[in-house]
Amino acid sequence: MDVTALQAIAANNDWMTIFPELLLGCVALALLVLEIVLPKRLHASLPGVALFGVLAILPSQVMSFWVGYIDGDSFNGLLHHSYEGQVMRVFFLLTAALVCLLGTITVARRKVAQTEFYHTVLIVTAAMMLLAQSNHFVMLFVALETVTVGFYILVSYFRGSARSLEAGLKYVIMGALSSAILLFGIVLLYGVAGNPSLPAHTTAAMNFDELAAFLSANPHHFLASVGIVLVLAGVAFKIGAFPFQIWVPDVYQGAPTPVTAFLAVGSKAAGFVVLLTLARTFAAYVWLTLPVLTVMAAATLLFGNLAALTQHNVKRLIGLSGVSHAGFLLLGVVSAATVPLGYGAVYFYLFAYLLASFAVFGVMAHVGGPDDADQELTHYAGLAKERPFLALVLAVGLGSLAGIPPLAGFMGKLFIFIATFRAGHYGLLAVAVIGVVISIYYYFGWIRAAFFADWNPAPAAPARPPVDLATRVVLGLLAAGTVALGFYQGPLGGWLSGR
Amino acid sequence: MSNLPFDPLLFSIATPLAVAFVIALGLPKRWSVRLAYVGFTAPALLALWTWCNYGAAPQQQGYAFLRTYSTGLDQLGIRLTLGLNGISLPLFVLAGLVGLAAGLYAIQSGAERLKIYLMLLLVMLAGLMGVFASVDIFYFYFFHELALIPSFIMVGVWGTRGPSENSYAAMKMTIYLTLGAMLSLLGLIALYVKSGASGAHSFNLITLREIIAAQPLEVTLQQNIFALLLFGFGILVSLWPLHTWAPLGYGAAPSSAAMLHAGVLKKFGLYGLVQIALPLLPAGIAHWGWLLGLLAVVGNVLVVGLITMAQRDLKQVVGYSSVMHMGYAFLGVATCSTLGVGGVVLLMVAHGLSVALLFLLATSIHQRTHTFDLQEMGGLAQKTPVLAGFFVAGTFASVGLPGFANFWGELAIFVAAWRFSPLFTVLAVAGVVISAIYGLRAAARVFFGPSTDALAKVTAVHPPTDLGWSERLPALILLGALFFVGFWPQSISRPLNATLAAVYAPANPAAK
Repeated sequence: MDVTALQAIAANNDWMTIFPELLLGCVALALLVLEIVLPKRLHASLPGVALFGVLAILPSQVMSFWVGYIDGDSFNGLLHHSYEGQVMRVFFLLTAALVCLLGTITVARRKVAQTEFYHTVLIVTAAMMLLAQSNHFVMLFVALETVTVGFYILVSYFRGSARSLEAGLKYVIMGALSSAILLFGIVLLYGVAGNPSLPAHTTAAMNFDELAAFLSANPHHFLASVGIVLVLAGVAFKIGAFPFQIWVPDVYQGAPTPVTAFLAVGSKAAGFVVLLTLARTFAAYVWLTLPVLTVMAAATLLFGNLAALTQHNVKRLIGLSGVSHAGFLLLGVVSAATVPLGYGAVYFYLFAYLLASFAVFGVMAHVGGPDDADQELTHYAGLAKERPFLALVLAVGLGSLAGIPPLAGFMGKLFIFIATFRAGHYGLLAVAVIGVVISIYYYFGWIRAAFFADWNPAPAAPARPPVDLATRVVLGLLAAGTVALGFYQGPLGGWLSGR
Repeated sequence: MSNLPFDPLLFSIATPLAVAFVIALGLPKRWSVRLAYVGFTAPALLALWTWCNYGAAPQQQGYAFLRTYSTGLDQLGIRLTLGLNGISLPLFVLAGLVGLAAGLYAIQSGAERLKIYLMLLLVMLAGLMGVFASVDIFYFYFFHELALIPSFIMVGVWGTRGPSENSYAAMKMTIYLTLGAMLSLLGLIALYVKSGASGAHSFNLITLREIIAAQPLEVTLQQNIFALLLFGFGILVSLWPLHTWAPLGYGAAPSSAAMLHAGVLKKFGLYGLVQIALPLLPAGIAHWGWLLGLLAVVGNVLVVGLITMAQRDLKQVVGYSSVMHMGYAFLGVATCSTLGVGGVVLLMVAHGLSVALLFLLATSIHQRTHTFDLQEMGGLAQKTPVLAGFFVAGTFASVGLPGFANFWGELAIFVAAWRFSPLFTVLAVAGVVISAIYGLRAAARVFFGPSTDALAKVTAVHPPTDLGWSERLPALILLGALFFVGFWPQSISRPLNATLAAVYAPANPAAK
């Protein structure tokens, strides 16, 4: 073993750059230790420990915006610490906190192992945070696999439920397939870039900067373009973009509601961060990536919206609507190739999506009965009368997802539209407008189910337990944040529009 | 009067929103209602204050009361800029007055779950005040959409038809309006991106005017953007044949929502055409003017006019008639002359007041007869003379009798249209006869003639009382404003002429 190399690693401060991830890992391990050490009656406090851990890491992460390592590499170029990466770290920490909170509602209702749920969520979150900063295919693949393997466990977490198990199996098969495709693409790129007969060949082709330099020296290499398409296909699986969206409705329905939320928000956001990084790396092949992503965006938008139209099960509905949101985000990625505003638009859209989605999932966690895979639109009948607070949060969340002003979702869509218009993709814009109009039907159909008097007697909905104070505060904050971000974009808006 | 210590425009938007927020926090019902009075009255008073002080207020680039607030998107050229010019001033006042009337009527209506009802109305009102006070066209659009969710929920929950019909009407209306809004949003973004090709992107109307005056857009581009705006706004204003959501939605909407929607919100599209599309895209209206005139006269005025004559349901008559009268407004837009556009603004104010009055009275009639079916009514005037008087006055106003505001608007449009196309003018004037026929026939059916058996049965159980003061006050506000503008149209037309001369002169040198 090379001792001097180890000494060098220990002496430099690279570890400092990933301290939020390290801390998350420590909290996750501490949870397992505490479960063994603590007496059984104190086990109920473990979700609180997880939540507290995440919330304690959040401010230190926010402080990292001002430390020196931004715009630098660490671990020999495995990680690149950009400003966007820091923003996404905050995003994933927020996601983790909210997923833990939903877990205290839904997971606590079932007779399953409790602590391991929070443990897995934290590990997956740490992997997502690394993913957002990865600058090397090895880092990217390892982080992505950690996320995916974590999700295999989480999706089938309700072992007693056939739907949850089925969803887990589907996700394993689809996930393994997509990982294989991604890996194949990576290997092709690595192999091509190492070919000594080509100009600018490199042995370090796993590194994005080196790869980008190689690609720009060989802008029309056939094998490289096959590799790029395969890598994009692998990522498309993760974000649920057409034609790799087929797993979405079943997995979203079967997974426990907090996991569905985690998949919808965290996994999708991670996929888009990777996609943006890769799009930048593959900039020399824009002649290839642009048409591929354009067709993908249009098809994803139309498929998501049309398929969601006929759904009665709200979890399938939110899953398919999530596919259409992936389509909107893809518009941002496509326009980001030529218009820098596209990047900012994607990040803003993700934040708006986080707020609105968790508002809706929070309501779903309360309305869902003992079998939360089986949540129909009719279960929402009379919600406005019985629980006006939940109905209001639901209306704000769905309105934001539908993109109605003055809610944050509208601003996200607006930025994406402006970026797309500047980039000159008028056809995509037309598809997006059709998508928005179609989506009004199912989003407002859901609001209608919750608010309007029902004229055909609905089957009995599961009892709706009262909302406890902490959840009430959080849901209220999510709804208020959605409204506030719609009215006032403040520094976030300044940051994204100043790019 | 001296200057206010605060921005009247911002407060007229923020007060209803703040009141709605406080009610949402869980204020008890008694206090909610008292606070709601403040929320409805403040915008109206502030609007009247701006009207009285508009002449004396200092003007900046054609706008009075101009203020700018940053929301963090300065680099995109989006800022909350509030101000009034001669075109937006009358509509701003209209929004305030109709909002007050609708609010007062809603408070006395004793609707189920009154708190939420008032809250939604307040949000809608805030949006309406914002539409006409915004100089930034992004916020102009933004505030319009703010009123969409409330109207959807109000039609669905407090609708006056059966649950399934309410739900259908709410859905259809929302999908149509979203389609119209999305098309016009694309048009606005196109205007924003294309005018800012040099790098100075701005949604601010004043800046846009300067940029485009210095360097007009190319003709085909103007035509394409105008098409987006025309059909987008057209759906929102119920341009034939995209009008079918309007009678259905208004028929199902509760009275206050119908008053605000038909009276004010619908004017958003026309206002957008007059304030934004015509001055900035003169080649667009030159290209699309004939089609617009044709759709307006043949579709909105004649076809919808004849359909209105065939209606048996009182609310449907009012709903269809409001679609029909939009035909005159579109005709005025098609002429693209200062006179015609001035007529459109006058007609917008007049129609907003009169249609709100008629929707209010239709609900009051329904409370007394328990039906909207004209065949089942009759002879109500003997029992409720005041109600009859208001309704007949409202009908006269809507028909366009001299002495009411509507007359001046229609007159100006017809004079301007004669220069545009004598044939269209003749057809449009024929429409006035149609509207007189259905208007007077509806009034006669409800209030005069013998009482039907069905009605006698209802009135035997619930003896009809005449209009009380709580219902009379909102009706009086609207009728008083109609008379005021009818006898003194200069109150609107003087600032309007000044603005139109300034705004239309550089873009359209041919216009008079």
